[in-house]
Amino acid sequence: MRRHLAILTTVLVLAGALVATAPALAQSKSEIVIGVQCDRTGATQIVGTVLCPGFHDYVALVNSKGGVDGHPLKAMEIDHEYKVPPAVESYERFKKEGAVTMAVYGTPQIYALAAKLTEDRIPGTSPGFGSAAAADGQRYPYIFPIAATYWSQGAAAVEFVKKQFNGNLKGKKIAYLFYDNPAGREPIEVLEDLATQEGFQLKTFAVPPPGVEMGAQVLDIAQRFHADFVIAHLFGGAPSVSIKEFKRVGYPLRKVVSFVWGAAEANIDGAGGFGVAEGYYCMQFAGVGTDYPVLNEIREMYKKQGKPAPKEMASTVFYNRGVLIGALHVEAIRNAVKAKPDSKITGDDVKKGFEKISNFTLGGLVPPLKITSTDHEGGGLVQIWQVKGGKFEKVTDWYAAYQNVVAKHIKESGAKK
Amino acid sequence: MIHRECGVLKTTYEADMALYPLPIARWAVAAVAVLFFVVIPLTLHDYYLSVANLVWIAVIGALGLNILVGYTGQVSIGHGAFMSVGAYTAANLANRLGSPWPVNLLAGGLMAALIGAIVGIPSLRIKGLYLAIATLAGQLIIEWTINHVTFISGGVQASIEVARPRVGPVVLDSQRAMYYFLLCFVVLAIVGTLNLMRSRIGRAFIAVRDQDIAAEIIGINIFRYKLLAFAISSFYAGVTGVLYTYFLGIANYEQFQIGVSIDYLAMIIIGGLGSVLGSIFGAIFVTLLPIVIRYAMEAFGAMFFSPATMLNLIPNLRLMLFGALIIFFLIVEPEGLNRLWRNIRSYFRVWPFAY
Repeated sequence: MRRHLAILTTVLVLAGALVATAPALAQSKSEIVIGVQCDRTGATQIVGTVLCPGFHDYVALVNSKGGVDGHPLKAMEIDHEYKVPPAVESYERFKKEGAVTMAVYGTPQIYALAAKLTEDRIPGTSPGFGSAAAADGQRYPYIFPIAATYWSQGAAAVEFVKKQFNGNLKGKKIAYLFYDNPAGREPIEVLEDLATQEGFQLKTFAVPPPGVEMGAQVLDIAQRFHADFVIAHLFGGAPSVSIKEFKRVGYPLRKVVSFVWGAAEANIDGAGGFGVAEGYYCMQFAGVGTDYPVLNEIREMYKKQGKPAPKEMASTVFYNRGVLIGALHVEAIRNAVKAKPDSKITGDDVKKGFEKISNFTLGGLVPPLKITSTDHEGGGLVQIWQVKGGKFEKVTDWYAAYQNVVAKHIKESGAKK
Repeated sequence: MIHRECGVLKTTYEADMALYPLPIARWAVAAVAVLFFVVIPLTLHDYYLSVANLVWIAVIGALGLNILVGYTGQVSIGHGAFMSVGAYTAANLANRLGSPWPVNLLAGGLMAALIGAIVGIPSLRIKGLYLAIATLAGQLIIEWTINHVTFISGGVQASIEVARPRVGPVVLDSQRAMYYFLLCFVVLAIVGTLNLMRSRIGRAFIAVRDQDIAAEIIGINIFRYKLLAFAISSFYAGVTGVLYTYFLGIANYEQFQIGVSIDYLAMIIIGGLGSVLGSIFGAIFVTLLPIVIRYAMEAFGAMFFSPATMLNLIPNLRLMLFGALIIFFLIVEPEGLNRLWRNIRSYFRVWPFAY
């Protein structure tokens, strides 16, 4: 009896496997795999839980329209809890599954995988994190920041402050409030250069990790240094704390501009809501809000399936960044498939595909990047948005600033090696 | 290791001390060696070897921590920092002097041993939880120093790229080459620890752990042996850090933060304090379990949940299952996986004649 059961189960399992593989065989064109690292459970989960669904929704949208030139896409996600060993494991897993491009997530992770990506010739993206020097496509041929690096963000922040003072920063006092880790310190060299060039006084205020305690620094900025403007570069829960502290000491938030990781709905909500943060300026590398054609298409797609739009869409800053990252990967794949008629694309092809991206804007959600073989950042474009009347309001259009200064630093860091 | 022993009646101290209690033990070890040196690297895909490499790195680190915490009884939450000391020493030497990897490896280990011994000085006065906090301070001070002293960290990014190691003409850039490279050090670390624990030093460590006043009375220099335990343990940590650096091709301080120290502490507690095999089991368990859980959920989860739910569920459920399994194993056997393994062995020793 037992033997019969065993045979029966084997037959059933085999039959099931056949049924499962049948549709895969029916598809005419091969699947293209994208490796997606995510952090839904670790230190930066407020980003990951919203950003990754954005990525997947965009890929699903492309698939619902027939994929890339008939090739269905598969975005394979692995959560690494913002730890390095699981990131290494996920990289090898993606490679085994045949991924031709990878969305790496996290600064230590992109550092840890940089050598491997280059050796295996697979492009990896690091939008909004990682090393600013990676913008140099000659030195890091397979690393693509694809969004404004911290150096570009620093330059853009100074430019924005300059505009607030009618184009003259002479003698002004600018405070730089930053999270005391390598990412937080990275822009200082650019800011210092600009301070000499523009003649303003720069003072840096470090917030030690985990960044929940900065009463002293904020008091110092507001009442001893009497800063004319504050540039803030904080992560995780720290931006919310900074908003609360500025509010507490009575420093006007319309004199604060934050880098991209202190610029989301989650940061504002953490500080007590949009009412509290009124006036706060945020820098963005993807469009904010729900009013973009691509987002309407995603909502349409869900409606057709008879499902409500995902709740993550309401958190537009991170969600739209996820869409941006997904879209740029898909665009690079599209370029690669176009360039290769037999469409057996490799990591190298997708790398070249990335380097062909130009003026791909998705109706304003993506900045008009121009990625080339030397510039993997694509121009370092950002927008400034302001918290106004309960929502984010656009203040500037896409712009990049002091590109010669940023280029000088990229060059110097390349020469150091 | 994996053999049944019946009627082992030892009549001399030499026999009791022997690494191989029975001839079959020799064969068992040989079989395991063939499995790991020949069968696994030649048959498995690169992906599995990369997972094995992560396990090897964890094994060496866990062995080092077990010498300190398990054998000598000195709690340390600074293991991750000692790894970073080794990593940055090696990376700086490699980039500034261009020295070969054996030199860097040794220097990284020795530098970590030195720093470890300094951090261990409070252990002469304080014990238990208090010592844990003192080593925690060590961890934070080392983290801060590396983060802020650009002479050590090589720039604000605090990351130093290193070239792949070479052995003769071979550049170790594939997972398979790395596998052999790391496995050699795993063997060295295991044999080294086994022998250390059979020596006078190892016995002294155990005496210090069991009752340090009694140990002092029978003539063990507490000062010397406590610091020695810190130094040896940190040497292992330093070597782990160097190997990790060569494995990744970069030394980055965010790879050695306090979470790493906690992970290693978890490994030896789950595996079994004060045992070599326990360290190995613990390292394997903590590294592999999340991966195994994810595979299981990828295989079966699709039957119950939609893909979007799955993506959110897998990482969260994995964390919960991981925690639950740790609690389960610790309740089933508080002395760790090593004890569980010994229980299974002693059950089969008389099997099927249990009574």
